[in-house]
Amino acid sequence: MSPERYVFPHKHLLGIEPLEPRDITALLDQARAFEEVCERPDIKIVPALRKKLVVNLFFENSTRTRNSFEIAQKRLSAEIINFDADTSSLAKGETLVDTAMNLEAMRPDLIVMRHSAPGAHALLSRHMKASIVNAGDGAHEHPTQALLDAYTLRKKFGKLDGLKVAIVGDIRHSRVVRSNMWLLTKMGAKVTLVGPPTLVPQDLKATWPSIEISHDFDAVLPEQDAIMMLRAQFERGTGAYIPGQGEYSRFFQLNPSRMKRAKKDVAVMHPGPINRGLEITSDVADGPNSLVLDQVTNGVPVRMAVMFLLCHPHGELVP
Amino acid sequence: MSLLVTNVRLLDPAQKLDAKGALLVVDGRVAAIGPDAASHPQAAGAEKVDGQGALLTPGFIDLHVHFREPGQTRKESIETGGRAAVAGGFTAVCAMANTKPVNDNVAITELMLDRAKKADLARYFPLGAVTKEFKGEELADYGTLKAAGCVAFSDDGLPVMNSAIMRRALEYTKWLDVPIVAHEEDKDLAGKGYMHEGHVSAKLGCLGIPAAAEEAMVARDIVLAEHTGGHLHLAHISTAGSLRMIREAKQRGLKVTTEVTPHHFALSDKELMRFDSDFKMNPPLRSEADIQAILEALGDGTIDAIATDHAPHGWDDKECELPIAAFGVIGLETAFPLALELLVNKKVISLEKAVSLLTWEPAKVFHLDRQGLGSLKVGAPADFTLIDLAAKVKVDREFIQSKSYNTPFKGWELPGKTVGTWVSGKRVWG
Repeated sequence: MSPERYVFPHKHLLGIEPLEPRDITALLDQARAFEEVCERPDIKIVPALRKKLVVNLFFENSTRTRNSFEIAQKRLSAEIINFDADTSSLAKGETLVDTAMNLEAMRPDLIVMRHSAPGAHALLSRHMKASIVNAGDGAHEHPTQALLDAYTLRKKFGKLDGLKVAIVGDIRHSRVVRSNMWLLTKMGAKVTLVGPPTLVPQDLKATWPSIEISHDFDAVLPEQDAIMMLRAQFERGTGAYIPGQGEYSRFFQLNPSRMKRAKKDVAVMHPGPINRGLEITSDVADGPNSLVLDQVTNGVPVRMAVMFLLCHPHGELVP
Repeated sequence: MSLLVTNVRLLDPAQKLDAKGALLVVDGRVAAIGPDAASHPQAAGAEKVDGQGALLTPGFIDLHVHFREPGQTRKESIETGGRAAVAGGFTAVCAMANTKPVNDNVAITELMLDRAKKADLARYFPLGAVTKEFKGEELADYGTLKAAGCVAFSDDGLPVMNSAIMRRALEYTKWLDVPIVAHEEDKDLAGKGYMHEGHVSAKLGCLGIPAAAEEAMVARDIVLAEHTGGHLHLAHISTAGSLRMIREAKQRGLKVTTEVTPHHFALSDKELMRFDSDFKMNPPLRSEADIQAILEALGDGTIDAIATDHAPHGWDDKECELPIAAFGVIGLETAFPLALELLVNKKVISLEKAVSLLTWEPAKVFHLDRQGLGSLKVGAPADFTLIDLAAKVKVDREFIQSKSYNTPFKGWELPGKTVGTWVSGKRVWG
């Protein structure tokens, strides 16, 4: 092995923040190799994580992320344990630290966790030896989402550097946004955050000085290469931050009349689940510019790449 | 019974005394203090302590501690808290009323005082509740509680959101001449926040407590203090905006006093970047600009006291997800070393001013000066502290005397070792 050969240097994937651009590129390149596996006509499985025990710890409801991880794990031939917060000892009041110590006692290789508390993974990592993948921690980070978004963008545009990306909606409460801001700014993309002032904290500019903040979707729309729409989370009491759905849609909905102002080949993205008719209309979500389902498809090879490089940082088993 | 402490640097801001000399104690009270005290007639035959050049100050007075007794003695007791106090050079502590049950009746006050007497460490002054059961609805029996030993009143941790109740509390207590101590936090503005709202919380995706949550209530209560003429003491003030209003209120002659904690002048919200709950307290660690404002206010007389808000919590209460971890840090053992290192050695304020903010000025706020506390004038109770300014302390589990170890200063090395602490001439530490 030549000394220059790249080795993935991180034990965990707790966020995009600690990653260098070359780590991101390595993950995306690895994902491309796995995408070929996923697109095989017959057997879409490789033995890359054979005999590895992976525990999925989902303390927050999640269907698509969890399914995506589980499919990725099966395609890597991992042994999988699903720890369900509803039926577990958590319902009996067990603490996260106790859960971590008990799992650690069973020597898992990899933990995939989603949790409502920002930084919950840092706590977990203090009590476990296994590698940890953050599948979302509160409004802090959701690194695999940002990676699959980047993968999707890179696939369409061939690059990330110089791309103009607007992220629209509830920026304040979004982990997807924070991971995307880290990733896109590290890779040279130009990010504009769009939403009403109550949902877009000006304080974000201290951490990401290159981002722009706009409250005028129509004004910034024409120059964007990609638009990421966020779920308007009215069920989380967002009503205290914004007046109502009608007003929200009027100013921040992506609909056919707004699409006329956008670039012809603009990429329309959404991390899901979509509120059809609220932040985005069905004809746009399902229209020719939409990459929403590509994002879902790409989630599997991206998550395969993450788990693979954490377990095999040298990447010897590249299929 | 007499005691002579020789070879010390005497520093007693109330007497404007800063001189080499000795302290003579007879029957628990100061008999002589100064360069000539050793030649006082009663010094002959006194038990002698050689101060070896250390600093001798009046015992420190902490206006804000939580000793968790009754109700949560797994975290701290009046005895263990008392030991933490004397280890930090404190000879008097004022203990918050948020025990379980809360201190809103004489039975609780008497139980506390009884435990403190048995512990026989630092003097213990309870605060009573502002409202019965901290419910914010009915006024507590201020006169009765004062007669039982309460020196001030506070619903600490649970701000009195009802402006009319706060007004009545400030108005009623005027004839009793006791302060109402306010933890200033608009609960609606604070929401479910658990750290300062600013660029760090925005980065981490954590729910923030805006500075406005404190400032809105400070503004309201200054208005009410002016309206009623009552004595408002603002606990653990943390923001530049609050200090601006307090400075202005004092200039207008209002009866408004305030305190700051060492952690609020030592640490900023950047500490939360690692999601470490040792840095979670309420009010939260604020911005660098707020720290600068606190440092200015310490120098210009806006701030009356350095108080610790010593808030012990167990490992279980802290070793959990940041949003659900308990608010609060301990602070008695580290208060003076932090003031020495960050205020005096960094030339923010003089050593005399720092000692004043730990002795005479807090004594006046809660009227403990009327019992002779806060200064070593002849005839006063001989509560004093001996400190080696050069000797370093290392903050580790052995150094911390509290039953709990939730300090944000783990591993810090600081100057200012408490060599000994005496209450009424009796050595309680060292």
